[in-house]
Amino acid sequence: MDLLTKDLLRLATVGSVDDGKSTLIGRLLVDTRQLFDDQLDAVVAASEKRGVGDLDLSFVTDGLRAEREQGITIDVAYRYATTPTRKFIIADCPGHVTYTRNMATGASSADLALVVLDVATGLKEQTRRHLCIAALLGVRAVIVAVNKMDAVGWSEVAYRGVVDEVDTLARELGFASATSIPVSALLGDNVVETSSNTPWYEGPSVLEALETSEAETWTTAASGARLPIQWVLRQPGGGRTYAGMINGEPLEIGATVVLLPQGVETTINALNFGGESLTSAPVGLAADVGLAAETDAGRGDLIATAPLPRVTNDFTATLCWFGDRPLETGQRLRLKHTTKSTPVRVEALTGLVDIETLRVRECAALDTNDIGLARLVTADPLVVDDYHVNRVTGSFVLIDDVTNATVAAGMVGHASFL
Amino acid sequence: MELSLQTPRATDHLDVLESHALFIMREVVAECERPVLLFSGGKDSAVLLHLAVKAFAPQRLPFAVMHVDTGQNFPEVLAFRDRAVARVGAKLVVASVQASIDQGRVRDPGPMGSRNRLQSVTLLDAITTHGFDAAFGGARRDEDKARAKERVLSFRNAFGQWDPRAQRPELWQLYQGKVNPGEHVRAFPLSDWTELDVWQYIAREEMDLPSIYFAHEREVLARDGMWLAVGEFVEPRPGENVETKTVRFRTVGDANCTGAVLSGATTLEAIIDEVAVANVSERGATRADDKFSETAMEDRKREGYF
Ligand SMILES: Nc1nc2c(ncn2[C@@H]2O[C@H](COP(=O)(O)OP(=O)(O)O)[C@@H](O)[C@H]2O)c(=O)[nH]1
Repeated sequence: MDLLTKDLLRLATVGSVDDGKSTLIGRLLVDTRQLFDDQLDAVVAASEKRGVGDLDLSFVTDGLRAEREQGITIDVAYRYATTPTRKFIIADCPGHVTYTRNMATGASSADLALVVLDVATGLKEQTRRHLCIAALLGVRAVIVAVNKMDAVGWSEVAYRGVVDEVDTLARELGFASATSIPVSALLGDNVVETSSNTPWYEGPSVLEALETSEAETWTTAASGARLPIQWVLRQPGGGRTYAGMINGEPLEIGATVVLLPQGVETTINALNFGGESLTSAPVGLAADVGLAAETDAGRGDLIATAPLPRVTNDFTATLCWFGDRPLETGQRLRLKHTTKSTPVRVEALTGLVDIETLRVRECAALDTNDIGLARLVTADPLVVDDYHVNRVTGSFVLIDDVTNATVAAGMVGHASFL
Repeated sequence: MELSLQTPRATDHLDVLESHALFIMREVVAECERPVLLFSGGKDSAVLLHLAVKAFAPQRLPFAVMHVDTGQNFPEVLAFRDRAVARVGAKLVVASVQASIDQGRVRDPGPMGSRNRLQSVTLLDAITTHGFDAAFGGARRDEDKARAKERVLSFRNAFGQWDPRAQRPELWQLYQGKVNPGEHVRAFPLSDWTELDVWQYIAREEMDLPSIYFAHEREVLARDGMWLAVGEFVEPRPGENVETKTVRFRTVGDANCTGAVLSGATTLEAIIDEVAVANVSERGATRADDKFSETAMEDRKREGYF
């Protein structure tokens, strides 16, 4: 069993600006009574001040001054909701193309994507981009809220048209499941309760779909156990243990493990959490482990069980580029992978993903918010799995050496749809 | 596969939040040169200290604990601070707002005035003086709409400012705390915890807390829609009535701007029951300092407030 229990669901909202993401989240929170009275009062007051009628639900999540002034979402807002069946951590992501980096931030730890789109305008380029990023980031389940149904007279034909378009894309992107729901975020139809305005629709409301979704957690992995060492702890008797979060598979006392990149095979002879000893430890636990072999292990090394990850300093990866200036072949940056940082060089840019066609084509550079493929060479060897095998050992970020800004999200290997 | 902690219990969302927090603390300590833990004596910072001990057990804490002391504390909270720090054997740094006033760094708001906003200057001065490049704070995203937007590792420039329009992307659990000299990061390991999670965790871990969190009798007066404790820092103004009520505090800030709530909850279980059905937010009920404008918290964070 995982620590990452099914009673906690992490979801990210996805969609183009103005399609109604913030309104939908606001509606979900208000109708399931997650808001306190004073928070609701503040939303009412803010709405009145800007003369937008009695209640603009998007003010529930758009909390920054610039966001309220411009009426758009700049950065992810995290919200928390609890219903009798589940706890939800909601990352309400910005839809604007300029803030794609923030959308990726919200989606990188999500188990499920809640896609919101306007029934009148259908699937916009930005929504395609976001769905593509969500798929690349390994989100497996999507719920599609086809919004503003009130504005098209609850037309089933209009709804079906959009759903066909979305289903085709979802299939291409390889999502495990995609549930579409006709909603009005503004009026609340099919958000918490199913609506009588859509008698032709027999599926669940958005809330019901969220409560019953069998989304895989973002740490679900097909690899052996992985423990990237964060920190070395000295034990009172003179021994050492290695602290880190376990993922992939649980660990237990006596298990045969390999310390990488050294390649030392040994067994686990101690397993602790917060100073208490254990006999086995589940995925997701920030544990510390002792190794039988006398070795010189430290931060950046990795303890693994079979099937083992590979040790390499030359690999291909999928990149979401967030830098202000284009990324070009030959560029040098810093790479952070698990608990290790190392200089990296872009050996070759091998392709740019065309969001419209999902085809990879040749390119000379990656512009801000482009998704591309690259061959990277690192100064120090890394211990990696392909991203679709393990999201922890398969992910990395690229960092600008001068400003320390995070300029790219990287995934080892490439998604099956590319 | 069964989870077999020595004290067997089912795993739940608290275990997820706890392990995530431990992971964050270790990353910050490994990546930064001189971290410090900001400790107010409130329940969130008590949880933070408890988690820090777990993250590095059996070693001692690899960082100091800092209290930004406004000089307007509840005495029960100061007593708790000293008790908690002594128990874990941490080094305590006290950054004093009074000292900032005496040195002319900030203007004295007078004996009854609020020192809440002055804390930013004292805090930033202390961060510079001690050369801290990372500060752990107990802030949670469910507290306020500006906090709901903040990263787990929140970058501050050389002036201590937060720029909400240019936050670093924060992907997966790849926390990135590198800064240039003079800059620092605030690290919020409790980002994804709710008020209820905090109370449930305190109960589960049987933690010690300042006594003012539990219901007790106290002289209070009604001001700005809140019950303020009458004492050294709050005296009745003409027309204000002093009454004795059974109250407890949901947050502990300065004695002159933290409101009490009417409550008979004397145990953690009773508090959890109240929190689960509360209809007013923690800050809304008890913090006068957040009420000035719609984006009061954001404005103060930009200035360097924790
Ligand atoms: N008619 C109608 N308008 C909606 C609906 N949901 C949102 N809107 C409006 O669409 C606009 C954009 O909504 P908002 O939630 O800010 O979009 P976001 O940019 O995706 O977060 C606002 O004016 C909303 O009031 C809906 O269900 N029906």
